[in-house]
Amino acid sequence: MASTAYFDVVADGASNRLQFFGSWTIANLGDVDPVVRQYVPSPGVPVVLDCEHIDRMDTAGAWILYRLMRRLSDNRAVSFERVDHDQQALIDVVGSHEEHVEEIPAHKAPLLASVERFGANIERAFLDTKNSIGFFGMLIQVLFRMVRRPKRFRLTSFVHHIEISGFDALPIIMLITFMIGAVVAFMSADILSELGVEIYTVELVTITFLREFGVLLTAIMIAGRSGSAFTAQIGSMKAHEEIDAMRALGLDPMELLIIPRTLALLVSLPLLTFIANVMGFVGGALVCWMTLDISPGMFMARASEATELRHLWVGFIKAPFFAVLIAVIGCYQGLRVEGTAETIGAHTTASVVQAIFATIVVDAAFAVFFLIVGL
Amino acid sequence: MRPMAGTDETIISVRGLRTQFGSHVVHNNLNLDVRKGEIIGVVGGSGTGKSVLLRAIIGLMTPQAGEILVFGEDLTKMDPPERSAYEKRWGVLFQDGALFSSLTVAQNIQVPPREHLKLSQVLMDELAALKIRLVGLEQNSAGKLPSELSGGMRKRAGLARALSLDPEILFLDEPTAGLDPIGAAAFDNLVKQLQQNLGLTVFLVTHDLDTLHAVCDRIAVLAEQRVMVVGTMEDMLAFDHPWIKEYFHGPRARAAKLSA
Repeated sequence: MASTAYFDVVADGASNRLQFFGSWTIANLGDVDPVVRQYVPSPGVPVVLDCEHIDRMDTAGAWILYRLMRRLSDNRAVSFERVDHDQQALIDVVGSHEEHVEEIPAHKAPLLASVERFGANIERAFLDTKNSIGFFGMLIQVLFRMVRRPKRFRLTSFVHHIEISGFDALPIIMLITFMIGAVVAFMSADILSELGVEIYTVELVTITFLREFGVLLTAIMIAGRSGSAFTAQIGSMKAHEEIDAMRALGLDPMELLIIPRTLALLVSLPLLTFIANVMGFVGGALVCWMTLDISPGMFMARASEATELRHLWVGFIKAPFFAVLIAVIGCYQGLRVEGTAETIGAHTTASVVQAIFATIVVDAAFAVFFLIVGL
Repeated sequence: MRPMAGTDETIISVRGLRTQFGSHVVHNNLNLDVRKGEIIGVVGGSGTGKSVLLRAIIGLMTPQAGEILVFGEDLTKMDPPERSAYEKRWGVLFQDGALFSSLTVAQNIQVPPREHLKLSQVLMDELAALKIRLVGLEQNSAGKLPSELSGGMRKRAGLARALSLDPEILFLDEPTAGLDPIGAAAFDNLVKQLQQNLGLTVFLVTHDLDTLHAVCDRIAVLAEQRVMVVGTMEDMLAFDHPWIKEYFHGPRARAAKLSA
């Protein structure tokens, strides 16, 4: 159906006649456009643009002809000939807007743009940290206010979030800690049996889990599971102006949304940590039984004899800190969603990354602290 | 080549259309012809399936029964590459513009030519700038992201994208919803002007009586799961049906008529 667009130049001495042929529609212009751009007749010679043989024309075709006419008319007479009514209308439409057609501003150089992005990211990281701390302060303030007026505490929401972020997370947390417990036991059994001290596998499993793995794995899982959910929920409420609606109705989003979520994590994360520790032991004990002939009874006896209780507290003391970190970062990122829904994804990613990062940094700080105080 | 409003040639033909969601029947035995070069306005109460009809015609949903011919062809019976050749011949403006949020306005307009055609970047930039002016946007909006535009500007940008391949049919889904009266009137004029200049056929779903008065050659009323009546505004005013009477003779209708 579509014939290609092309043109012939007929020079009769006095003037150059450009005859256009075919369909001057956007689909056919890819090849002819550069040729039109490069066409330069000798200066001064009048040019006639003959449109008689154009089958079809759209705004793109009209634009190219109009642009040619404008370019050539700098130093010679240019005229259209045998333009039918519809074609003339199109050329007029295009021409009436021509004065505004300018170059779209050039894009920044890619290298410069990436340096700029790097700088902006660093700035944002600082701002995010600062604002998260400020947000945490606000949270404390609202909590104190609530202590004086406990009626404002949303018990239903609190329990709901314990169920969602705690109870519903049980299967996945039990599974991963069981497997990590087994892996730790496998690795250490392999190396320790070469030294003939395979019984120490029990301590390795119990101490690493009580101090680090139980709480850290739980926190990372919760950051991915609940922290991201907090951001997405609050973010979509923000995008749909629900948060504004709450404020307009005299309700405090901090009380309604953020306090119940934070307190719920504060309850569920330590509980999950306990389950995580137990499942890590189960995984370790199973491997000890299978590969080292240490029966579960022996495992328990050895664990209670050789592992001190302080390891348990070292692990547990960290759980509430991680819970608050994850909740604060998740909720803060949710509230930072602005305007339309498309930023929710970016903030959810940021929430998970920052929460896991903060968890590990705080965990390392605790490790140094416990080392110094000798726990 | 480009016909005046309302030639006898049929460009969209819907026959015996039946669409349903689960057990909820939206259309049953719906017939509608759109003539080449006209602006047809589709009206109806909420939930009568105006947008569903539009989506069925452009192939975003498959009807349970019936036949839809666009450009005289049944597109549902084609394989994707063949369909695509026809899809390039229409442009669609969705309700809120449906601009791609990660692309600037100019990039949005360049999506169809970039995907379907082989044009140089310079030409695409020139054409995008032309389309931006054509729909009445400021030139500096070319580099803006959709989130930086107001609702009315997003609609105009969406219209520019719909026009970017110089389509023969333009589908507009509630183009003036959410615009202020001045913006809505300007948009009506724009559609009318583009339709006349570019020789478009416009299929327009609307609630806006002013739009119906100002731009539509014919009006199709959806009611009772089918097209109740098709005709000019005069036909609508004379038609005897409770809903149509209320719609076209209500207080808002009188105001629109006065201003038209």
